Amino acid sequence: MEMLNLYQNNYLIVFVFLCLGILLPVVALFIGKLLRPYKPIKEKYTTYESGLDPIGDSRVQFNVRYYIFALMFVIFDVETVFLYPWAVAYEKLGIFALIEMMIFVFMLVIGLIYAWKKKVLKWI
Amino acid sequence: MVEELLHSQAGILNFGIFFLLAVVLLFVILGFVTYAILAERKVMGFMQLRQGPNQVGGRWGLLQTVADVLKLLLKEDTIPKLADKPLFIIAPVIAFAPSFIVMAAIPFTDKFQFADLGVGLLYYVAISGLTTIGMLTGGWASNNKYALLGGMRAAAQMISYEIPLVMSVIGIVLLTGSLNLNDIVAAQENVWYIVLQPVAFIIFLIASVAELNRVPFDLPEAENELVAGFHVEYSGFRWAMFMLAEYVYIFAMASLTTVLFLGGWHPLFSFLGFIPGAVWFALKFMCVFFLLLWFRSTFPRIRADKLMEFAWKILLPIALANIFLTAIIKEILNLF
Repeated sequence: MEMLNLYQNNYLIVFVFLCLGILLPVVALFIGKLLRPYKPIKEKYTTYESGLDPIGDSRVQFNVRYYIFALMFVIFDVETVFLYPWAVAYEKLGIFALIEMMIFVFMLVIGLIYAWKKKVLKWI
Repeated sequence: MVEELLHSQAGILNFGIFFLLAVVLLFVILGFVTYAILAERKVMGFMQLRQGPNQVGGRWGLLQTVADVLKLLLKEDTIPKLADKPLFIIAPVIAFAPSFIVMAAIPFTDKFQFADLGVGLLYYVAISGLTTIGMLTGGWASNNKYALLGGMRAAAQMISYEIPLVMSVIGIVLLTGSLNLNDIVAAQENVWYIVLQPVAFIIFLIASVAELNRVPFDLPEAENELVAGFHVEYSGFRWAMFMLAEYVYIFAMASLTTVLFLGGWHPLFSFLGFIPGAVWFALKFMCVFFLLLWFRSTFPRIRADKLMEFAWKILLPIALANIFLTAIIKEILNLF
């Protein structure tokens, strides 16, 4: 029961921080709303593009490279998800886990080298 | 007293007390941000052989940032007609909130800390990644070409550098056997991890500068090519929220570097132990902060094509090698 209370309180603190993190911008913007002027002119609400009228919508098709980097990120982020518990429990697992993890990372490194050779990592 | 509070039944009263304490921390951080901006301008001024702010608030410009914030508060708020209004409004909140939430897990001294989470390090890494979404949302919602480019760049850069950042600290987790930041500090009582893990420290430092979007990795908001990146269309206090998030992250990242590599609140030599831990923490924290300012006035911006290759081709393999080197050395030391 003692531990449960400690645990709950710690996460209650996290929740408090979450509330404050959202509350600060809301309160600051509300105070700003009371203080700031409001004089709308049509020109103020145009999209900024160094003084020119923007041509077309800006949400165009984007370079596929961003997507490939996102895929690479997912692969290696999942790898870290495996590495963290392994590192925590390494003391108890010993050399067997080390070899296992080496095999696992080695396979992902092959993937990295493949992407490297395919020039995925090159940014144009 | 706090110890009792932490062991008592979690409820509304506890919520209220924690809330008040967190508000205090919030004001400490806001005070830090105010003077961090001033310090940045002053230090950069001196490094570039000029004065920096010296008009508002005496010779040292002590009230300059306060005046700037008040000015921002009085600025008219414009939302472009073509922008996606709900997302435009919510983006600064998404960017700011995680920067404050991560502060919950950081132990400043053995007494002055908030949540003592078992997964502290993972918590920090996971939450700090959320800010990227805020930046991308802001860039996309603005419906501006510069902003979208800046937002996309921010996302690509931050996810790329997150990997080396996360991997570099695994060496520390291996040596400590825990993700709890208090345990990590406790394990550094005799030797700091900067001595045991120098490679990890360098990778962590580079990746953290990239995560903070600071020079030399400030491509998402490169002024002279993207105007201001993802926050071109933001004005007044909404813009201030993005800036605030950036500086709160500097606070958080400098604290985390201190906790992970520089021994937290432990003194430099044990005979200096009579100096309180808070002073030691502040000193180390300021050294890291000064290093960031120094970087800013020293390095030119890195080229966009080199940026990604640097993360994936250099930092990531070194970080992976560092993990296994640490594990093997630990295994060898266990034999004797």
